[in-house]
Amino acid sequence: MTASTTLAFNGTKEQEQKLKDVIVQHKTQKGALMPVLQEAQEIYGYMPREVQIMVAEGMGVTLAEVYGIVTFYSQFHLQPKGKYKVHICIGTACYVKGAGKILEKFERELGIKDGECTSDGKFSVDGLRCVGACGLAPVLSVNEDVYGKVTEEQVAEILANYKD
Amino acid sequence: MEMINIKINNIPLQVPAGITVLEAAKYGKIEIPTLCYLKDLCAPGACRICIVEVKGNRTLAAACVFPVHDGMEVLTNTPTLRESRKQTLELLVSDHNRECLSCAKSTDCELQRLCVEYGVVEDTFKGIMRETKIDNASPSLIRDNAKCILCRRCIAACKDQQSVSVISADRRGFITQVECAFGDSLNDAPCVYCGQCIVVCPTAALMEKDDTKQVWDAIADPSKKVFVYAAPSIRVTIGESFGMPVGSNVTGKLAAALNRLGFDGVFDMNLTADLTIMEEAHELLDRVKNKGVMPMITSCSPGWVKFCENYFPEFTENLSSCKSPQQMFGAVLKTFWAEKEGIDPKDIFVVSVIPCTAKKFELLRDDESAAGIQDVDAAITTRELARMIKQAAIDFVNLDDEPFDNPFESGSGAGQIFGASGGVMEAALRTASHWLDKSFDVVEFKEVRGSKDIRFATYNVGGLEIRVAATSGLANARELLEMVQKGEVDLHFIEVMACKGGCINGGGQPFLPDSVRNNVDVVALRSKAIYDTAKDLPVRKSYEHPDIKMLYKEFFGEPGSHKAHETLHTSYVKRGQF
Repeated sequence: MTASTTLAFNGTKEQEQKLKDVIVQHKTQKGALMPVLQEAQEIYGYMPREVQIMVAEGMGVTLAEVYGIVTFYSQFHLQPKGKYKVHICIGTACYVKGAGKILEKFERELGIKDGECTSDGKFSVDGLRCVGACGLAPVLSVNEDVYGKVTEEQVAEILANYKD
Repeated sequence: MEMINIKINNIPLQVPAGITVLEAAKYGKIEIPTLCYLKDLCAPGACRICIVEVKGNRTLAAACVFPVHDGMEVLTNTPTLRESRKQTLELLVSDHNRECLSCAKSTDCELQRLCVEYGVVEDTFKGIMRETKIDNASPSLIRDNAKCILCRRCIAACKDQQSVSVISADRRGFITQVECAFGDSLNDAPCVYCGQCIVVCPTAALMEKDDTKQVWDAIADPSKKVFVYAAPSIRVTIGESFGMPVGSNVTGKLAAALNRLGFDGVFDMNLTADLTIMEEAHELLDRVKNKGVMPMITSCSPGWVKFCENYFPEFTENLSSCKSPQQMFGAVLKTFWAEKEGIDPKDIFVVSVIPCTAKKFELLRDDESAAGIQDVDAAITTRELARMIKQAAIDFVNLDDEPFDNPFESGSGAGQIFGASGGVMEAALRTASHWLDKSFDVVEFKEVRGSKDIRFATYNVGGLEIRVAATSGLANARELLEMVQKGEVDLHFIEVMACKGGCINGGGQPFLPDSVRNNVDVVALRSKAIYDTAKDLPVRKSYEHPDIKMLYKEFFGEPGSHKAHETLHTSYVKRGQF
């Protein structure tokens, strides 16, 4: 199963220098790969192949070792996040209330899968574990805006709020 | 060593403190079934097959990781354990491609054997299957995750033994898969094709690319002259595929079986191992005398060569420019032999039988085409040849000995020891020392033999001090190269074999189940067979072999001649890792 990046990588020289500095700081420490990966994601927002190669090369490990760690922890993202981050709770309560269908509807509307980003970089969709707002189930957020008791019909309306 | 008293299955045992229950059980000749565990390689305690009952313990313990303690009482065979192992196996096969009827690993599969032993019902658990794909893009290996049980032995072989680490367990939970980064093919990752992952895989999740059909087709084609030759190590390993003991020398049966398969010429690759020595010893002395790039490193092991190109590209000038014995033989057959016999090289189909999956990649390399076409057409592993012999219904074990065909019917003892780690070095030293000092009469250079990770030796010959090292297993090679880089050692000549112990433990050698590997030193037995076989050969030095003399007299002139360079030497690529 190949994870393809929907957006071309466009990292800057500044970002690269920042990551190089982080690697120099940590290189000799034992068990430094995790903090370096965390900072790399902090710098780039996600962990595409190009960034994983920089980390592997800098830390003297193989790409497979880096990729194994990045895909193990859900905090790392292989895909960039959109300008508008749609987070849909698919915890137990929301799921029972139809969050799975809402997620599918977003996927259909945007033509992307859970965890991906649209090719214009505008929207990304992520299914989350319980966010603790079960009273609003099914609940989702778009950046800072929270939407509760969402129905499938509302999905298009919600997306229409974010035109620019 | 502190000894402690324990009981396993009520048998009192005195065992060293600090060992695991699995190791302790050996003291009482008690077998505990294992699956993910492999001695000296992998003990992740993951598969839950080696579970035992420990008195006072609330839960079942994995014997491969659970340490012994004084007064411990262990049971290894109870109804609870048998039921638990059976259930574990049923869970494993619930998500397994169960095409056992036609699976190439059938009867060699460790999962299958355990399932039979525990009376597993295949479809006890009906659930969804993981989504997997087959990676068959490389010329050497096929990875089929539908047969992977996530034991992680391949990861250990790739990372710890070979320091290559192109595969890892990705993601987590049910969707965990062993794969290359980003699901890349092994063909696109810096895999060196050594095949050590295949040797340790308990199932058929990792297999060699099967090239036997190509060979059968060539044999059946009346317009083709199909020549075959067998590498030095095949004669001491292929017997295992037919139930013979590890370390059986079956040279005569091997030649007989190849004759019966219908090849037009059946030759001995030991001869081009000797030819490699002539060229390599000449190159070594040339580098020493003319201050060439040092240390010179052997180039017979294609897994090592690719490792060098991927991970140490700054060392590619150190690699001997000599082609490997496999490639030299193909080159000789399509130039010298084609000319002599009046055959168009295009009508020759060259098959090598090798212990190695990387050889399938080697024959496709650039600059391996002395006659303007590929030197070698197909390379089949020991396992594939055994498969062909079985398909032809040949009773291998009871075959009468036959010789290989003239004029390439034998090599020297120096060619024979190519099959074991240190052998190429020793063979080269026999010839180089003779050239330096005709009175120097040492045949055996035992310091470079053996299974120690890195062996160093210094020899004084003809007023010249030659400092050498031999190693096998790419993690050891990495360590040695790093020593060279840091200037900690100053060497003239290094032998590297990609696989630990050399070709006798190559990625194409017969499968031996964990029940054998965990109890027998396979490398030592096969290695002994190599040296015993070599000692009995009438000629022990490459330069003394009559066919070698004939090849130089009739065709190449001198070692290192222009014609030798055109035919028997090659070049390398700085690949890098990413």
